[in-house]
Amino acid sequence: MNQFARLPGIGRKTALRLVLFLLKEKDHDVERFSNAFTRMKSNIKYCKECLNISEEELCGICRDTRRDRSLLCVVPDLRDVMAIENTHQYRGMYHILGGVINPIEGTGPQDLNILPLVERIEKAEVREVIMALPGTVEGETTTFFLFRRLKEYNLNFTTIARGIGVGDELEFADEVTLGRSIMQRIPYESSLAR
Amino acid sequence: MHIQSLDLYQFRNFRQLQVILSDHVNAFTGANGCGKTNLLDAVHYLSMCKSYFNPADSQNISYGENSFIINGTFILNDEEERISCSVRLNQRKIFKRNKKDYDRLSDHIGIFPTVMIAPADHVLVEGGSEERRRLLDMVISQYDHNYLRAGINYNRTLAQRNALLKQFQQTGRKDKSLLQIWDEQLISSGKIIYESRAAFMTEYIPLFNYYYALISDSAEQVEMVYESQLETHDFEQLLDLAFEKDCASTYTSTGIHKDDLLFRISGHPVKRFGSQGQQKTFLIAVKLAQFEYIMKKNNVKPILLLDDIFDKLDDHRVARLLGLVSADKFGQILLTDTSADRVKEIFRKINTPVKIFEVDKIPESTAASTPEF
Ligand SMILES: [Zn+2]
Repeated sequence: MNQFARLPGIGRKTALRLVLFLLKEKDHDVERFSNAFTRMKSNIKYCKECLNISEEELCGICRDTRRDRSLLCVVPDLRDVMAIENTHQYRGMYHILGGVINPIEGTGPQDLNILPLVERIEKAEVREVIMALPGTVEGETTTFFLFRRLKEYNLNFTTIARGIGVGDELEFADEVTLGRSIMQRIPYESSLAR
Repeated sequence: MHIQSLDLYQFRNFRQLQVILSDHVNAFTGANGCGKTNLLDAVHYLSMCKSYFNPADSQNISYGENSFIINGTFILNDEEERISCSVRLNQRKIFKRNKKDYDRLSDHIGIFPTVMIAPADHVLVEGGSEERRRLLDMVISQYDHNYLRAGINYNRTLAQRNALLKQFQQTGRKDKSLLQIWDEQLISSGKIIYESRAAFMTEYIPLFNYYYALISDSAEQVEMVYESQLETHDFEQLLDLAFEKDCASTYTSTGIHKDDLLFRISGHPVKRFGSQGQQKTFLIAVKLAQFEYIMKKNNVKPILLLDDIFDKLDDHRVARLLGLVSADKFGQILLTDTSADRVKEIFRKINTPVKIFEVDKIPESTAASTPEF
């Protein structure tokens, strides 16, 4: 039960329910279940390009020759790749950083996939790096760190826009977001292109 | 703006209580310990989303219970507004305006402003600089949400910077360029805070001087000064110069978290050179200036909460003060005192009606039904 309760999003009550369920299952069903776990852990590899999880050397996105290799979107982890992919708006490549700089939790730049990022930029045809990190102090600091680190390369360094949600009334937006939306306004023509 | 009715359920010593308030002067009287201050604090909760006296929400629940509810009906621009605050042990505090949940409590702060004057304010004179910065933060964040956000960012960045300094010490490796990445954020939010504080003080100090003179009849010369390292130095340069020192102490020694307000009387610190009455007058002027400032910024008269105001003030100053706050410029007043007779007498003298609640004599309903909110 304690093993289940260690999983993210699982409290002690849910853990107990899962244990009781497994106890009622037939032996071979439980065995299949546990084998699936073991296989998953030993078969999982990381894509050698973007560091997403992948069953092969390169993940599906990096293998896809129709994608734009000059665009590189930097995200903290694979959940963010899934979120952006679900929008069907982006056809470039990804790079998984593995988190953000956070001294309180003991995460420094050396703990993130920054060197592989630099190597990718050095060897490939990347024109633009799009930073898609959270709008927290740690996210912004990591973006700033990479901005400095990548300055020497001839790159277009951008961050995702933060603004008013689609369908939101202006009067209900918080002042910081609204202020930012005004300061970082975009030419109307480019909004038509979408 | 005023509060018309206040309903308490399992809030501190009140199992269940309803009071209907006058839109002008209300007085809660009774012996110490009868809970009269808790009534002011309940109104403060509805205004600022938290207790004035006890930051731990759960400690404001009646003994042996696991939740409290405060409901208030306010009148704002002739419209009835129902505000509800409920706290349950180990759960998120829920705040509602007209039955609608707030996503962020900070959205509520400033809509129904209050200004509390209480004996506990004495920490402003006696306590460390963090008490005076808290005063700045409390007033400015009531009208400036960018300030609130910058403050949260600043504190978070400061904690991360200090954690990094600690790592430098543990590993014996000082990486100045990595520290500067954090400095960048500290500087940008620090500058927003400094500029807001400086702009606030420029408008606030004349108001403070005005009220002190009014209550004291200009008896003494007082002065309030905002002190910040950023006033005379470039923040980036300050951080740069302090690098070795900060590494050694694993603590950020410079920034707006070192700001202070200096309180002076005839050129000397109020803390050591002011009499008790002068200190109290000083603090009352601080709060009345705050009242006027919020009124101007938010275009609404705050509710004035006066806890135990007559203590340590001479009769002359009490009369001046109450005459002042009963005038048209101020709005609703809720005050506490130990003696109903004294309150009646004082307000009779200044010819102002007062609604008195003898808190130790209020029949308390013991029905345990949960009120709707
Ligand atoms: Zn890949």
